[in-house]
Amino acid sequence: MSSAAVTTASASPATNAGKSALARLGAAFFGRLVIIIPYVWLLFFFLIPFVIVFKISLSQTAIAIPPYTPALDFSGGISGFLAQLKQLSLDNYTWLTQDALYFNAYVTSVIIAAISTVLTLLVGYPIAYGMARAPATIRPTLLMLVILPFWTSFLIRVYAWIGILKPEGLLNQLLLATGVIHQPLIILNTYTAIFIGIVYSYLPFMVLPLYSALEKMDYSLIEAAKDLGCPPTSAFWKITFPLSLPGVIAGCLLVFIPAVGEFVIPDLLGGSQTLMIGKTLWNEFFANRDWPVSSAVAVILLLLLIVPIMLFQRAQARAQEMDR
Amino acid sequence: MKSLGSIRRDFAPWNDPNAKPYIQFDNVTKKFGDFTAVNNLSLTIFEREFFALLGASGCGKSTLLRMLAGFEEPTAGRILLDGQDMRGIPPYRRPVNMMFQSYALFPHMTVENNIAFGLKQDGMPKPEIASRVAEMLKLVKLEQFAKRKPHQLSGGQRQRVALARSVAKRPKVLLLDEPLGALDKKLREETQFELMDLQQNLGLTFVVVTHDQEEAMTMADRIAIIDKGEVMQVATPAEVYEAPGSRFVAGFVGNVNMFEGKIARGEAGGASIDAGNGITIRTDNAGTAGAGTAVTFAIRPEKIKVSSKKPAEAVNAIEGEVYDIAYLGDMTVYHVRLDDGQVVRASTMNAARITEDPLSWNDRAWVSFRPDAGVVLTR
Repeated sequence: MSSAAVTTASASPATNAGKSALARLGAAFFGRLVIIIPYVWLLFFFLIPFVIVFKISLSQTAIAIPPYTPALDFSGGISGFLAQLKQLSLDNYTWLTQDALYFNAYVTSVIIAAISTVLTLLVGYPIAYGMARAPATIRPTLLMLVILPFWTSFLIRVYAWIGILKPEGLLNQLLLATGVIHQPLIILNTYTAIFIGIVYSYLPFMVLPLYSALEKMDYSLIEAAKDLGCPPTSAFWKITFPLSLPGVIAGCLLVFIPAVGEFVIPDLLGGSQTLMIGKTLWNEFFANRDWPVSSAVAVILLLLLIVPIMLFQRAQARAQEMDR
Repeated sequence: MKSLGSIRRDFAPWNDPNAKPYIQFDNVTKKFGDFTAVNNLSLTIFEREFFALLGASGCGKSTLLRMLAGFEEPTAGRILLDGQDMRGIPPYRRPVNMMFQSYALFPHMTVENNIAFGLKQDGMPKPEIASRVAEMLKLVKLEQFAKRKPHQLSGGQRQRVALARSVAKRPKVLLLDEPLGALDKKLREETQFELMDLQQNLGLTFVVVTHDQEEAMTMADRIAIIDKGEVMQVATPAEVYEAPGSRFVAGFVGNVNMFEGKIARGEAGGASIDAGNGITIRTDNAGTAGAGTAVTFAIRPEKIKVSSKKPAEAVNAIEGEVYDIAYLGDMTVYHVRLDDGQVVRASTMNAARITEDPLSWNDRAWVSFRPDAGVVLTR
């Protein structure tokens, strides 16, 4: 805006003022527009659907299409609408507290997600570290390899793990053939299979933020630490790790948040014995056709995840401040 | 008493045959794949010396420093520090500290913790660390910035934190990689003198890598001029400037005029040089070059006088035409094209505000110099 004012300074005062005012208005409009677009997106594809889900969670089941009452129906006029509102209740939420199944599912999901996150971090950190220290010429190739699995459908990749993990699967065949074991290992349909599935599927989400944190770290910092008398292992914990912390936090939350509500992996690899909230939700929705209860489950899940999401936002903001 | 150039301090262990060298590079070679960064190089540095490695970028000077710090191992040859072979000793066990070109301050630590880092590694008791850190902060005048993080400091302040951190451990040798490279000109000049004072007060041995000849000239006791991984000359700043050992050194440090010629006649302590086109140069500094030797006569611009008439007493006077004049305030630089086409650069201090003998473009002019003003180079 100021440059516009400067360049038109030689023009007559009136047109000058008119031009710069117009320019200012245009710039302000475009500035707003850029901010508005993501908010409009969130409104239509997050907030409104969420309100609908929330409203369903306050309804009752009914043998109807859709299978709950009362549906949003304005045919009864304002009084009819108000009558519908009066029928809303928190019964479904009370129900969730009465059956231990839901509480157990939530707790198990959080624990499984937490353990998987730690495992993913343990596997992902050395990978990201190796990538960041690799010669700059091969780094893009390594990055490609990390992203490569996304070219195949997630579902197909999880199905592939069934073939690997089942009692007569590839892993057992290999171990039996090499004589490491004499009885096939039972991995499929256990929590171990879920851990393997989550670590495998979410590894890129851990590696990428870690890599970006480690890659921009100045290697001369490590040299400086060594120069000041710090052996390599100690230099890792005092310099490298603390400086990669924003990446560690981002990676952990990017794995933890979706892992809590994960449905496909526990359903395909975990079998019927394992309990996770995503699967419970699916059962309520499709097997029991109890939309109100499953909506309540979803609302509670979202509230549960707001805390880590806020932590993630905060960590991102702090990392940005560090970069400045 | 006469001396070459100016003397800064009475310190010259390199002239003492009994003095023990403190740092020794013995036929050191360093190769990175096919590239030879350092080629069979030998150097000695003495205790308490301020030693500068001067060269263009990529000449291998930083590699020398990194080998001394322990980040690189020589491919061949050895490095001795205080008589001890440094091969195989990791950086964290060497009694040297380095100030990095990028400063390499730990961004997640306060100024205080950056300075204390090396002391903590040594397991120094806490109260001692605190007092040493306070002392270092005072030394670099950053007392009120102790709790700041590096990103909250200016470039000059960061440079001082880096310096304080590298001297906090009282290393035997401090290595400085382009220590003033990131500072602006004015700050750089101030800091040069601060570094010299610091070196004097702490009594440390400093090895500084720089590509800035002015910086090396100002600070160092001796300068090693490095080119393509080899030492071209090791000498005091005055010797490097007034008695360069080769054409490369003469051309690399400062401005110089060079005349190619042949020794026509050797005389007592001097010679006459036939520089072609009827130009004969009489010099006192012919060294050992005998008659008939092809030589280069090198002379600095400030040692050449420019005048409109031939000075009566001049031993060497050559006629030409003023080709360019640059008035720089403190001095004026003349480019005079001699009748054989060679352009001579001459600079005159503007000691007075009024010029007695004003010269202008295309004026006929004489360049003259004393017989002891230049040097004869055979290499």
